[in-house]
Amino acid sequence: MSDDRTNSETTRRDLLKVGAAAVAAGTLAPGITLIAPAQARAPHEAASPKQRWGLLIDATKCVEGCTKCVTACNEEMGLPDHDRAATDPQYIRIVTVRDPETSHSKQLPVMCQHCENPPCVDVCPTTASFKRADGIVLVDRHRCIGCRYCMMACPYKARSFAHEVSTDQKPHNPRGKGCVESCTLCAHRVDAGRDPACVEICPTGAMLFGDLNDPDSAISRKVKEVSTATIRGDLGTKPGVRYVGL
Amino acid sequence: MAADKIRIVYRTLDTKASGYWGLLAAFGLMALIGAGAAYTMEHAGHWITGMNNHVVWGTPHVFAVFLIVAASGALNVASVSSVFGRDMYKPLARLSGLLALCLLAGGLAALLLDLGRPDRLLVTMTNINPTSIFSWNVILYSGFFAIVAFYLWSMMDRKVGRFYKPAAMSAFIWRLILTTGTGSIFGFLVAREAYDAAVMAPLFIAMSLAFGKAIFMLVMLAAYTWTNRPLGTVVLTRLQRLTGIMVAATAYFLTIQHITGIYAAEHRAYEAWLLTGGTIYTSLFWLVGVGIGIVVPLVLLLHPQLGGNRVAIVAASIAVLVGGLAHIYVIIIGGQAFPMVLFPGMEVSSAVFDGVVAPYAPSLPEVLLGIGGIGVALLLLTVALGALRFLPESLADAVVAPNHVPAAIDTSLEDGLEDGTGDTSSDAVATPAE
Repeated sequence: MSDDRTNSETTRRDLLKVGAAAVAAGTLAPGITLIAPAQARAPHEAASPKQRWGLLIDATKCVEGCTKCVTACNEEMGLPDHDRAATDPQYIRIVTVRDPETSHSKQLPVMCQHCENPPCVDVCPTTASFKRADGIVLVDRHRCIGCRYCMMACPYKARSFAHEVSTDQKPHNPRGKGCVESCTLCAHRVDAGRDPACVEICPTGAMLFGDLNDPDSAISRKVKEVSTATIRGDLGTKPGVRYVGL
Repeated sequence: MAADKIRIVYRTLDTKASGYWGLLAAFGLMALIGAGAAYTMEHAGHWITGMNNHVVWGTPHVFAVFLIVAASGALNVASVSSVFGRDMYKPLARLSGLLALCLLAGGLAALLLDLGRPDRLLVTMTNINPTSIFSWNVILYSGFFAIVAFYLWSMMDRKVGRFYKPAAMSAFIWRLILTTGTGSIFGFLVAREAYDAAVMAPLFIAMSLAFGKAIFMLVMLAAYTWTNRPLGTVVLTRLQRLTGIMVAATAYFLTIQHITGIYAAEHRAYEAWLLTGGTIYTSLFWLVGVGIGIVVPLVLLLHPQLGGNRVAIVAASIAVLVGGLAHIYVIIIGGQAFPMVLFPGMEVSSAVFDGVVAPYAPSLPEVLLGIGGIGVALLLLTVALGALRFLPESLADAVVAPNHVPAAIDTSLEDGLEDGTGDTSSDAVATPAE
């Protein structure tokens, strides 16, 4: 992961200082600090098109019955469980795929595919769905009017609607009732130089995160080395998430 | 006779009649119930509805799309007179334009009050996305209000009467684009098996013409029957036949849509599920959509012996509307309920409804919000008919179709003018005879 960064070390140090200051302020004066934690990307530094963040998921390493990435995501993003599968938010889900011809089956995680040509961004009437310069697809919760057209348009069924009031929200993932949400590729962690929560937790190393634009990154080397594919590549969405063993 | 000018007398509804206030109260109550439902949904969150992360658009959208589509079709009566030069329809043009505006307002009310954040509606104006059909529709719907309002103005005020023809043509073209935009909301969706078809646009246009005319005939019959105004058989029969042709056009485009789906391997699974799957969507499609919405009206509207038969027209119009709601329900909700294909040729499953038909059942707040949309449309219509002169005092054959009953013209005209006193107001507009 660390070899993927194009941020300078100085910048990273600065960012860590800001993060540390935020944590310290939060500890010393809870309730009155206005400094948000975990915003390690410097405010003046915009996401850069020099990077194209991506995920490589090796379905052959995904262990049947394991849902650690789902649990880690829910925890990281502060997603509630009301025991209502149809309306509870789900940024990442485990899908079991079975070939009816051979009966061979495998499971793999599916989340927002962070498309280069995202249909959700195309259809959003308020530009609330947007793609960051580094390829991460996000929802601006201040602009989203909750029309759900993006959910209709997403070919991966990767988005959720905040169906109810959310308590215990994470500062890095505000969840306004009535807005659409989805996997952010843990942008808050990525900006701080860390891997997404699902990647970090995966016990078999089935998930690899990195910069697809950096030829020396582990993910770039891996996609050159092995055969990979995208889900519904025929739709031309050019996902940033690729799979081995699809 | 051909060179004569026929004077049409327009008069408001009697706003002191108890029936008028009864209608206002009933429609106002419907609108209020809708507002209450919207408040409940917004306050508690959408989890109390039948909608979920898999069927994201529900019953409010069915009503909203239905009303928006019907709005465009309701304007067609005016277009037939002004764009296609059929003078028989000219006395109906004001009501046609007004009904179009009211239906659109009702549809948009249901649609917008279902938004997750309706308070942010203004953002659609301040952050327009040129690639979003929803953004186009914001412009198309706003433009429709402006153009049709001006079209009505040009009909009702001689001072701007010179703009009548260009306004009529603009409204006609605009409404075609508007319905194309509404159909394309679904037609441009590549993600789901049920959509992604260019035929959605013409299908929606055909549906709009059928729904709009059916509502128009019901409103016209109610208004004239309840106020004891003369309503002739000739214009009614013409509208009846025209609506029948539009129902046939809807059937044609539906057939094309599903034949194409059956032919294309990638859509075949969806077509098999919808047409033969034995689910609620199959029943709705065949029994309500095709049976009640197409077969019954085709017979009632086009049967040679039922021309001008008011019972047949009312029954057919209601059937068109019930069937139309079923078709929109199947398109919107059935299209989402069918499992999305993530891995073509594979069987998929997950904890969150991958590979299975997504759950959905209409909830009470959703239905009430939809009914509230209808209430808003009818309330606006009733208020407008009481305030301004939209309704001809007489639609007797002698007035609107003098070639059919030439001897009765003068008498009818004089009666109309003499009656134009008291609580109601009226004006008379010359219209060329056929």
